Amino acid sequence: MDPRVHDAMLPYNVSYYGNPHSRTHAYGWETEKGVEKARKQVADIIGADPREIIFTSGATESNNIAVKGVARFYKSKKKHVITTQTEHKCVLDSCRALEAEGFNVTYLPVQKSGRIDLNEFKAAIRPDTVLASIMTVNNEIGIMQPIEEIGAICREKKVFFHTDAAQAVGKVPMDVNQQKIDLMSISGHKIYGPKGVGAFFIRRKPRVRVEALQSGGGQERGMRSGTLPAPLVVGLGAACDVAAQEMEYDSKHIKRLSERLTNTIMNGLSHVVKNGDSQHSYPGCVNLSFAFVEGESLLMALKDVALSSGSACTSASLEPSYVLRAIGTDDDLAHSSIRFGIGRFTTQEEVDFTAEKCIKHVRALREMSPLWEMVQEGIDLKNIKWSQH
Amino acid sequence: MAASRRQVLALYKQMLRESSKFTGYNFRNYAIRRIRDSFKENKSITNPEQISGLINKAEENLAVIRRQTVISQLYAEPKLIIESRSDAKIKS
Repeated sequence: MDPRVHDAMLPYNVSYYGNPHSRTHAYGWETEKGVEKARKQVADIIGADPREIIFTSGATESNNIAVKGVARFYKSKKKHVITTQTEHKCVLDSCRALEAEGFNVTYLPVQKSGRIDLNEFKAAIRPDTVLASIMTVNNEIGIMQPIEEIGAICREKKVFFHTDAAQAVGKVPMDVNQQKIDLMSISGHKIYGPKGVGAFFIRRKPRVRVEALQSGGGQERGMRSGTLPAPLVVGLGAACDVAAQEMEYDSKHIKRLSERLTNTIMNGLSHVVKNGDSQHSYPGCVNLSFAFVEGESLLMALKDVALSSGSACTSASLEPSYVLRAIGTDDDLAHSSIRFGIGRFTTQEEVDFTAEKCIKHVRALREMSPLWEMVQEGIDLKNIKWSQH
Repeated sequence: MAASRRQVLALYKQMLRESSKFTGYNFRNYAIRRIRDSFKENKSITNPEQISGLINKAEENLAVIRRQTVISQLYAEPKLIIESRSDAKIKS
């Protein structure tokens, strides 16, 4: 968390401990003031009106409310939802839940670049399509979807447009009016704010309505009952404020380090593939596949990097990523991919250290690999018949 | 009231000195880099109003740095591998 964010939050843990919903005493007023300031700070960074911002527990909850809430509210008239295969799990799983309730869902494939085909998207819209949910920046490969174009199509076809902008807000400029976004999910900790808080933009004109998932005291205009965690909300607001001030500076820094990391690794090693089209991607997320190296082994070798440098994080799971599969990465390459995250607090020293370690370990792992040996001898692995039959 | 060159320089040095007290490697490096870059970026500004606005902002930030470095010292984290490496580099 950014120290500036922490500094803004502390008074609400120490001095202003009132319930922001209690209007009858001064304690509550102070907290309410903090919450409303935060609401404006969040609204400002996406060009919205503060009355269009709802606080939640995070982007996962925001995505749930957006996808399930919109579909359920309009279910008597419309029964179809469009999303993409590379969405975050919480959107995909919300869509699965809707399917179980009798909705139809189209999971749009993406092109090799990681972006959707706009013509295919247009063709997927039906008269009973109520919602399109397409993320702004992908969390695994950093690909940015053509949000403005999608927004224009949705507005024209009278389909509500939701975007999961957890990876985008505060990092790339967003404007809900210019991009014609009707609903947007925002996360706290992805913009150096606190964990456990997020926000949700819901358009007033033309009005979008959702069915609440949670029953209760009707806070947040009935869309999200439950007492607001004032210190976290204030932190989210401060994080948006800092991000708005620092966006230009941060993006220059991140772009420089991202290029440095990619170039050092690519120059030091052959057979490295960068996943996703770099022209339309957020540079803070670099996803590389190291051919003939098992991703898990490399992660084990790089473990002290992930542990040591915190923000230069690497992550992978045993199962090849569904996002990489969706962009047509071969299974073997998907298995050998690693995601590098670069952010506001990453240093050049960390990037150099990571690149150096990565090159060293990939070389060592390849030395041990019989496949690598065969490639060095000029055997095309794709033509090998591995089985007798 | 225009700020003197000396006042700005003193503020700059004070901010750097306080930032070096962050125990976390990433926050410390960021704070120092950010301060250096913004003073460099604004060094040719001559408009007194703009200057005093920037000084106010810097003083607010200095207060944040002072409070947050104290907290970082109260809850210090273990050193990172990369730090011990750069320490070794400096020594050798």
